[in-house]
Formats: sequence, C-alpha cells, structure tokens
Amino acid sequence: MNATSAHAAPENGALIELRDATKTYGQGPATFLALRGVNLRIDAGEFVAIMGPSGSGKSTAMNILGCLDNPTSGAYLFRGMHVENLTRNQRALLRRYYLGFVFQGFNLLARTTALENVELPLVYRGEPRAARHAKARAALDAVGLRQWEHHTPAELSGGQQQRVAIARAIVTDPTILLADEPTGNLDSQRSHEIMDLLAALNRDRGITVLMVTHEPDMARYAKRVIHFVDGRVDSDHHNGEHS
Amino acid sequence: MFWSSVLLALRAIRRNLLRSFLTILGIVIGVGAVITMVTLGNGATRAVSDQISSLGSNLIMVRPGQRLGPGRDSAGAPRFKASDAEAIAAQIGSIHAVAPVANKGVTVVYAARNWATTVTGSTDAYFTVGNWRLADGRIFTKAEQRAGKAVCVIGATVRKELFGDRPPLGDELRIKNFACEVIGLLQSKGQSAMGMDQDDIIVIPLRTLQRRLTGNQDVNTLMVSAQDSGDTDRIMADLRLLMRERRKIVANEDDNFSILDTRQIAEAMTGTTKVLTLLLGAVAAVSLLVGGIGIMNIMLVSVTERTREIGIRLAIGALEREVLLQFLIEAVALSSLGGVVGITLATLASIGLAKVMQVPYIFDPGINLLSFLFSAAIGVIFGYFPARRAARLDPIDALRHE
Ligand SMILES: Nc1ncnc2c1ncn2[C@@H]1O[C@H](COP(=O)(O)OP(=O)(O)OP(=O)(O)O)[C@@H](O)[C@H]1O
Ligand SMILES: [Mg+2]
Repeated sequence: MNATSAHAAPENGALIELRDATKTYGQGPATFLALRGVNLRIDAGEFVAIMGPSGSGKSTAMNILGCLDNPTSGAYLFRGMHVENLTRNQRALLRRYYLGFVFQGFNLLARTTALENVELPLVYRGEPRAARHAKARAALDAVGLRQWEHHTPAELSGGQQQRVAIARAIVTDPTILLADEPTGNLDSQRSHEIMDLLAALNRDRGITVLMVTHEPDMARYAKRVIHFVDGRVDSDHHNGEHS
Repeated sequence: MFWSSVLLALRAIRRNLLRSFLTILGIVIGVGAVITMVTLGNGATRAVSDQISSLGSNLIMVRPGQRLGPGRDSAGAPRFKASDAEAIAAQIGSIHAVAPVANKGVTVVYAARNWATTVTGSTDAYFTVGNWRLADGRIFTKAEQRAGKAVCVIGATVRKELFGDRPPLGDELRIKNFACEVIGLLQSKGQSAMGMDQDDIIVIPLRTLQRRLTGNQDVNTLMVSAQDSGDTDRIMADLRLLMRERRKIVANEDDNFSILDTRQIAEAMTGTTKVLTLLLGAVAAVSLLVGGIGIMNIMLVSVTERTREIGIRLAIGALEREVLLQFLIEAVALSSLGGVVGITLATLASIGLAKVMQVPYIFDPGINLLSFLFSAAIGVIFGYFPARRAARLDPIDALRHE
C-alpha cells in the first residue's frame, strides 16, 4: 500500500466503521470476550464521546480504531479500506499519516524533553528539523505548555504529561484524533480547557475527534455519545436527544 | 531513513548517558585487558628470542647436574675445572672456541660510587663465544690469564654507573678487596628479556676470579661455540662422551651434567613466555566475557523501558525496520565506541608497561581487530536481539509490557 490510497473513495461516506467486531483475549478456559460484536460508524468531522463502565471494552475498541490492534473477528474499515487485512507496515503508515492517539497512560519517552516527545511523529514523517520545532512548539502552545518544552516527563505533573501526550497526538494535524480518557488525570478547570481545545480542533481544523471519558461533564462537549456495556454498544445518541 | 535512524540512535545514547557509559565500560575493560595482555606477552616472547639470538647461533652450554629427571639437581653434581675446557678444545673437532665460565656476585667500587653486579671469570674465548664486540680498549691476553692479572673488561651499564661520562680505560675500580684495571669496554647488547641487563657485566680472567674471589678451582659452565659448518648434534654427542670419560661415569650411570644448544634454550625460554601469554590472554578474555555479561544485565534491566519505547515508536507510526535500524545503530555505535576506547587505552597501557617491563612494544593488528569485532558483536547480540524481539510485538503488547 502507499499511504495515499487511504484516500480511496469511501463506500458509504463513513470515515471509520466497525462491523460486528469482536475481540477475544487469552486462550482456552481463560478466554475473555472484551468485544462481543460492535457495530459503529463515524463520519468525517464528528466529535464523539465513548462512555461506559470500567472493563466494558472502550480501550479495546479504541486500540482497534487506532490501528494498534486487530479485531479477532469482524471488520474495521478506514475510509472503506479493510484495515484487518493490512500488513503491520501498512497499519503503521496509516497511524503515521492519518491518526493521532492519546493513550490512557500517556506513554511518553522517558528522559526525553516535552519538545522532543511532541516532535517524534514528525521525525517519522521525515519533516525537516526547523518545521518540526515550529510545529511542536505550536502544539505545546495549544496545550499551554510552551514554557515547559525542555522538561522531561519525570519533571512534569500527571496532568502536564497528559497535555504533552495530547500535543504529540495533534502535532501532525491528524485526520482523526483518538483520545483514551484525555482528562483522566486533570482537575476540572484543566479538563474543561482540554475539552475546549478538542472542540476547537474539531470545529476549526475539521479533525474528527473520538474520545473515551467517564465524566458526563466532558461528554457534553461531544456532539454524539456512545455507551459501551459488556463489550457491546448499549446506546448511541446525539447530544440533546434522549435514547 | 538511514541518517534519521543514526540521529535517533545518537539522541537515544545521549539521553541515556549513564546506561550508555555502563554499557561501554564493560567493553572498554574487556577489550583493553585482552589487548594489553597479548601485546605484552608477544613483547616478552620477542625479547626472549632476541636475547637468545644475541648469544650466538652456534652456542652449546655444558652445565653440571642433570636438569631433567627427579632427584638430581645441579647442587650435588661436581663442578668443572678449567682443564675440562682445555680438553674440549684439544679433543673435539669442528668447534670454534670454548670458554670456561665462573661467576661471583660482588659490589664494585669506583671513587665514591659503588655498584652491585656479577663478575664473570673466563678466558679470552668468552668474547668469541658470547658474540661480544669491543667498543674500546682490548681484551686480556693469554699471559694476563695465566698470571691471574687484575684486569677487567666492563659492559656499558657498569661503565655508566661507575664512571658516568669519564673515560674508564686505564682507571682502576675496586672489586671487593683488590684493585682492577679497566682494559676494555664492551659494545652494548641492550636489554634482555625478564628485565635482565646484558650490559651489566664485568669480565676478568678466570684465574683472577678463582684466586681473589671464589677461592676455589670451580667452573660453573662450559660455553662452546661450534663452527658454522659444524654438525651440532655430532659435537654434542662427542662432548657427552668426553665429559662422561673425564667425570669417570660408568656405563650404566646417568650423566651428572647436561648439554644444551641455543635452539633448545630458545625453545625452553620462548615456550614459557608463550604459555604465559596464552594464560594471560585467557584471563583477559574472561574479563571480556564478564564485560559482555555486564552489558547483558544492563540491557535486561532496561528491557522493560526499551520495550515500552519501542511500543511508543511503533504506535505513532514507526515501521518495524526503522525501529530496528535505530537500535542496531545504537548498539553497534556504543560497543564500537567501547572497542575504540579500549584499544586506545590498551595501546597506551601496553607502550607504558612495555617500557617498565623492558620488553619491546609490538603492535598486533590481529588481536586489535579481533577485540574490536568481538566488542561490536557483543553490542549486536546484547543490544539488538532484545530490541528485535520487542519490535516484533504488536505495539499494544509492547506498550503493555511490564
Ligand atoms: N491484554 C489483555 N489481556 C486480557 N484481558 C484484557 C486485555 N486487555 C483488556 N483486557 C480485558 O478486556 C476488558 C476490557 O478492557 P478495556 O481496557 O477495553 O476496558 P475499558 O472499558 O477501557 O476500561 P477502563 O474504563 O477501566 O479503562 C477488561 O475486562 C480487561 O480485563
Ligand atoms: Mg480504558
């Protein structure tokens, strides 16, 4: 594959789509069904929140949507393309050019400054140094960490690390931003700032945003809320509606 | 892609300075030890063989006592007499010269200086047999030998220690209780193996030594030099028969003397240093191995962190081969750097120690290359293979690694 073929015309206009996706962990008697047939369709430009109890499969679904993991059965389509049939390298290129991912546990490089962490996706995109610096600084600016750019994760608070992770996810101007509990470690004022940021990215840059959250307050920023229960989609409604 | 991987690798090294330093340290010590030991060992071997060839190629030594075999040592066996040397000269064919040699350790004094050395008593044949050349003056005459005159020929070291810059010829130095005129100065033979200084030598007529220093008629060694055309084995066989006869050894009795030629001496001496070199090299190789295990430990300790790092890189879109190239370059760069530092330190240490030990410094490209390649291999094995395992994981598994 070459990365641009992901621009191929979507079958039905959906940006990403899960069809009857399941995910099984473990083998034999220890198997655990984390996803039990998820159907999900998200169009370009949406801002979606995924909610649900702990262990309901939210992170599992996000990892599949982020091309980090494959479903055990069922299909994952990215712009009409079957991701589950792609090779490792092809999925890596999808991640590189189209996706931004904020992990539940930050996942920053240790002993590496905030600026270098944020630059990293641009390094693999082969951007020249000056452009990398400029974009990384802008991204850090957007999350309010411009003056912390030379600090390493060990010198940053949990919330600050979370914001560095967000900066790293948005620095490439991804087509779709996947954020697994991006406000899980932030106080409520910071949380609202982050939500404003995500909403602005969605509104102004047209980035499709998909986030997992436990807080109804945060879910309210999204235009659409999907509830997971026991590895299934339990409800799916647009804000303002009632299911 | 290659250069960006190089940059990533260098950045990773700089970022983990302590870990990088520890990784290198094991290799530096291992490589340094191996090269130093082997280089010094080679130098010692060379020194020994140099010294032996300076003895002269056709030298045969006859010593009292049978060195080989149990229960017999030189202590119990009767010494030789000066007449033994005369008999050899008269009765054995194809020989060039025979020198009876006896020694005595003494302190010699000149003006206010003194010097502890060994005085050798012999005949003028000693200089022929021992390949000595005169730098100045003369050797003693037959008349001086017969009369037991107090004259001596000195080596360069004795001259330097006692006379400094003054010309020694014609001056008298004091050996124990008699004054001895310096009549000749030997050309320097230089340093020998085992820290022995060949120029630390004073030669006086045998009779002078026997009368004034040892007080007996004993001769310790008979040095025989064969003619170039002579058959050394024949000469040695003849020597054995003659000595048995002169020492009245009956038919079924063992020799109470031993005969060695230069080749045998050389083999015996270089054999020892070669074994030593091998031994030291082996000890050093163990330290290289220990260095490698140290690296492995450091790599294993950091494997969790490294696996997560690989997971992060894969998750944000790095290809497996990009990650691997980065880790390979990092591992090879680190261990090569360790190898280069080790080689540099070993070269400095070898040159310094060779000087102290008075052996020649011989650069051995083979061992340097081998150590370097070995250190690079260690880096690859202990740095790259754990990384390869991690890079083949799914990014999500690598990230979850604990
Ligand atoms: N690698 C794994 N191996 C085995 N079981 C797993 C694995 N990853 C997740 N699970 C199980 O799958 C289920 C869903 O996990 P998931 O992380 O998707 O939950 P979640 O909805 O994100 O929960 P939370 O809100 O706590 O983050 C959990 O019961 C979990 O124990
Ligand atoms: Mg989760």
